[in-house]
Amino acid sequence: MSNSHAPQSQKISMPGPGFRSFEKPKNASRTFTRLIRYIGSNPLKLFIAVTLIILSSLAGVLATWYLKPLINGIKEGAQLSSLATSLLTMAGIYLASVILAYVSNLMIVKIAAGTSNCIRKELFEHMMDLPVNYFDSRSHGEIMSRFTNDVDNINMALEQGLSQLITSSVTVAGVFVMMLLLSPFLTLFVLLFLVVMLWITKTVGKKSSLYFRSQQKSLGELNGIIEELIEGQKVIKVFQHEQHAREAFRKKNESLRQSATEAQTFAGILMPIMGNLSYAHYSVTVMVGAILAINGRMDIGTIAAFLQYTRSFSMPITMIANQFNTLLAALAGAERIFEVIDSPVEADNGTIRLIQKKEGVNMVAGRNDESSALHQLAWEIETDGGIKSYVPLAGDIRFNDVTFSYLPEKNVLKSVSFYAKPGQKVAFVGSTGAGKTTITNLVNRFYSIDSGRIVFDGIDITHINKSDLRRTLGVVLQDVHLFNGTVKDNIRYGKLDATDEEIIRAAKLANAHSFIMKLPNGYDTVLSHDGTSLSQGQRQLLSIARAAVADPPVLILDEATSSVDTHTEKLIEAGMDKLMQGRTTLVIAHRLSTIRNANAIMVLEHGEIIERGSHSELLDICGRYYELYTGATELA
Amino acid sequence: MLKKFIPYIKPYRLAAIIGPLLVFAEVVIDILMPLMMASIVDIGIKTSNMEYIYRHGTIMIVLALIALGCGAFSNRLAAIASQGFGYQVRQGLFDKIQDFSFANLDRFSVPSLITRLTNDVNNLQQSVMMGLRMLVRAPFMMILALIMVLSINRRLSMIFLVAIPLLAFSLYFILTSAHPRFRVLQSKIDRMNTSVQETLIGIRVIKSFVRADHEKGRFKESNDSLMKSAVHAVSLVVLNGPIMQLIMYACIVSILWFGGNMVIGGRLLTGQLISFITYVTQILMSLNMLSMLFLMFTRAKASADRILEVFDTDIDIVGKKNGITEAADGSIEYRNVSFRYPGNSMVDDLNQINFRIGSGEIIGIIGSTGSGKSTLVQLLPRLYDATEGEVLLGGRDVKDYDLEALRNAVSMVLQKNTLFTGTIRENLLWGDENATEEEIREACEAVQAWEFISQLPEGLDTVLGQGGVNLSGGQKQRLCIARALLKRPKVLILDDSTSAVDMATDAKIRHAFKTGLKGTTTIIIAQRISSIEHADRIIVMDNGFMDGIGTHEQMLESNSIYREIYTTQLEGSLTA
Repeated sequence: MSNSHAPQSQKISMPGPGFRSFEKPKNASRTFTRLIRYIGSNPLKLFIAVTLIILSSLAGVLATWYLKPLINGIKEGAQLSSLATSLLTMAGIYLASVILAYVSNLMIVKIAAGTSNCIRKELFEHMMDLPVNYFDSRSHGEIMSRFTNDVDNINMALEQGLSQLITSSVTVAGVFVMMLLLSPFLTLFVLLFLVVMLWITKTVGKKSSLYFRSQQKSLGELNGIIEELIEGQKVIKVFQHEQHAREAFRKKNESLRQSATEAQTFAGILMPIMGNLSYAHYSVTVMVGAILAINGRMDIGTIAAFLQYTRSFSMPITMIANQFNTLLAALAGAERIFEVIDSPVEADNGTIRLIQKKEGVNMVAGRNDESSALHQLAWEIETDGGIKSYVPLAGDIRFNDVTFSYLPEKNVLKSVSFYAKPGQKVAFVGSTGAGKTTITNLVNRFYSIDSGRIVFDGIDITHINKSDLRRTLGVVLQDVHLFNGTVKDNIRYGKLDATDEEIIRAAKLANAHSFIMKLPNGYDTVLSHDGTSLSQGQRQLLSIARAAVADPPVLILDEATSSVDTHTEKLIEAGMDKLMQGRTTLVIAHRLSTIRNANAIMVLEHGEIIERGSHSELLDICGRYYELYTGATELA
Repeated sequence: MLKKFIPYIKPYRLAAIIGPLLVFAEVVIDILMPLMMASIVDIGIKTSNMEYIYRHGTIMIVLALIALGCGAFSNRLAAIASQGFGYQVRQGLFDKIQDFSFANLDRFSVPSLITRLTNDVNNLQQSVMMGLRMLVRAPFMMILALIMVLSINRRLSMIFLVAIPLLAFSLYFILTSAHPRFRVLQSKIDRMNTSVQETLIGIRVIKSFVRADHEKGRFKESNDSLMKSAVHAVSLVVLNGPIMQLIMYACIVSILWFGGNMVIGGRLLTGQLISFITYVTQILMSLNMLSMLFLMFTRAKASADRILEVFDTDIDIVGKKNGITEAADGSIEYRNVSFRYPGNSMVDDLNQINFRIGSGEIIGIIGSTGSGKSTLVQLLPRLYDATEGEVLLGGRDVKDYDLEALRNAVSMVLQKNTLFTGTIRENLLWGDENATEEEIREACEAVQAWEFISQLPEGLDTVLGQGGVNLSGGQKQRLCIARALLKRPKVLILDDSTSAVDMATDAKIRHAFKTGLKGTTTIIIAQRISSIEHADRIIVMDNGFMDGIGTHEQMLESNSIYREIYTTQLEGSLTA
């Protein structure tokens, strides 16, 4: 009798993780224990599933064991009734094995999906708390591949690997015990066979991982060149560079073909080697068994059962070897994911919170004349003694000798000092790369400064809770980002509990109302793909409305450089002006009207404020501002 | 569908044919083994013939070793054929994309083309490999084993008349119900991806508005629904294994019953019964293998469809065979040109455009976003073809030119331009491979790029990252213009190519063009009046129509749109 019908043979072994990209994990054991914690988030469920898998595979082994007395009982002239009882028992065991297998498979699928879900959730939530500079240094594709490729590798290992690994191990162990019980002598040959198998697995495994690594490297390079060339395809066409592109691509493609052929050869070679070696072993067993039978030291049923076990021995071992690859891929994926989860989150030591102003509490430096809702708020400062004092939220911003660099040694801002009193407007002008945008990124603490102080309402901003700080700052960026969702949702982003009336009021203030009403579904029009259906100008209007609904005491505006058509331009300008009324505003200015209305203009050059003053004062000193200004008028 | 992929495996046909043939040898041995074992049990043991046992045992071992060789070699051949196939398909796809026109490229988005070249080809290649290893093996095994069982005992074989239809039906059920579920799963994966991507793009907005918790809630939604779909789809697939097992076990039990009866009645030998069961397992295993393969192919089919979609795309712009190879001069004429982007069925994007430009003229084009400025100039190098009317270069219809010659004559700097990984020099040489150091320097000086290049530690040999990440926006734009200049074209088109360059430098570049590019027709699309007011003539575009053409003074006088733009910008902008 040959070939197995133990349960694990029901699955075709896939040759490792194939083309799913993975690298070798660096610290396997630590990553493994961490991963286990995710999988075991519901230990009872996992325990039950594993138990069921073990039981199911044991049942498979048991059923084979049952073959021996059964076959021995089938002889000419034997009793039919005893055959029937044995068969019924066997059928019962089989049925149990199948049901257990199905239930445990279902449970594993759910556990795997749940684990992936949980890992993705944690990954995402941690990602949201990472500082902005984390995203500066990494491509979107790189981060996204962790959500897909890496999580998939873990999922795969769980979904297929876990149950196969358990089933295979149980089967190997069970089969081994059975063989030992059947015939210790024949089991000696099994051990011999096992030694040969292990040696082969080890040798092939070494080669295999070597070639897999070079395959992954080629694959990475090929993907890189694909991304770059397809991204620039239109430029390639304009320059007639197709032939060069083909050639460059062909080289990478060819090197992938070579390394992948080797890698796949070694990935798949275990199956035929193991399978056929097991046949050789099987043949030896037949011969030895037959000789023993002739000498009357073994019955035919024992030989049959032993042969059956021999065949069912090699398959699970090959499986285990193959699953090892899957496991490695999962660990490598987990490592990349943990690397993100372990990145330090945005530090926030600020303890000063923003609270609703209460009646009758002691206000320091009160300026209680405002009526708008935002001015009903105050900073709550708790001193060492536990005494709380309150500073009303006003919107006073000061930079004292602020120096900052993105990269060490390359200062982007050098000793910058300026102030904006509540309600004042400060404009920043200067050529690209002078450090204008950097200033706005420092106020909301996207980055931490190297030296100096930024003071908000008399409080060092590092002492203010980051979320509360950002709530007081309304930001309108040059590149408007819109989210999938309706127009209304996008405006509401400024204040999640805003009523429809508030949203419409904000849209009217921003001059966005009229164009929104012309959209097919008005405020309920769905914007997708970053709102590409809207024009640049309309997007800016929406972004102004979004800031308006938030109603912050301080505004940070980065005026867009890209011009839009004249009509929209005027709408934006008017919308901006209305928004700025009564708020402290830091504006990176490109429009003359904005600049003229500013209380002060800062001219930045190479990270330093080289000139400051009002429009007319700056023109009078005939410096850089004058140059910029007259340069423009001469050309315009 | 399969037929279309055959050419790609052709170069490896030897491996693709011999591999499965070797599998055949392996299968024959698989089948012979139980037979020989049965003869050892039934004849050798019964007659106590030691010599018989030794001889047959040795033959079995030798056969096993032969099978090992065949199996290992066929595995190698399968790897060669499948990876070669992947290579060919990938290259074919890439080559095809190189022939795409702009309209073709627009139809597929860039990320989608990338996924097709990577993920989809990999899926297909994986299936080919599994197919080469299994697809031949399973039916061979099944047929041979069927012959064996029939030869052992015909009546007992009747069991398959019940088992096979049952298997086929359950497989059919699983495949048909799994397919739509996997499609839903795929779309849920897309949704989760979009959600992450959107967050990454908007991270600054999210942080500014302190909306992290809000985003976490949104992600949770897509993440949870992905989990549900995954469970929904996969739980169907895991049904496959137990069903197969159930049927197989049922077969074994019934064979033991009926076969046992026969043995007891003296109509069947014990050894025969044992090998019968072995063959039955083999048959059912092959069927199981086939069902797994079918499941895999169902998934791969989606990828194959997406690849074929690219292959089957008609290239809508091809150059004329033996077309004109040299443009007479840089004069341009548009005659009643109308254009509509494919897929935009409502309105024309360009309407009845008529104008003539003399060789060497400098033309400015201005108009609001979406007015058709870029569309207008893209018809000249045939990036798109006019839907109606004629576009002429040097007095001849652009469609009469050899495509390469036409695009060499018309050099265009696109709005969304790209630099590639490599040195600055390598990027510039795209314009002219044989450009001398002197020519490169001239071009760079003309676009005011030489100063910053010479300040770089490695100068022209500075290596740029992908997309030129280590340069500022204005520097990149200037390099892109220099690259276009090196082509020494008859017509140079700048599509809003100096938007990130400050005004003073912009003015210098324009000055350099005026003196250095005598005889080259130059078309400048701009948003700023200052960039085009010194042009010989200015075209104002509005809503797909040409609203007017003339000098700055003429336009100020007669064109209201132009006047409006002028006045707003005069009081409007200061710096860039």
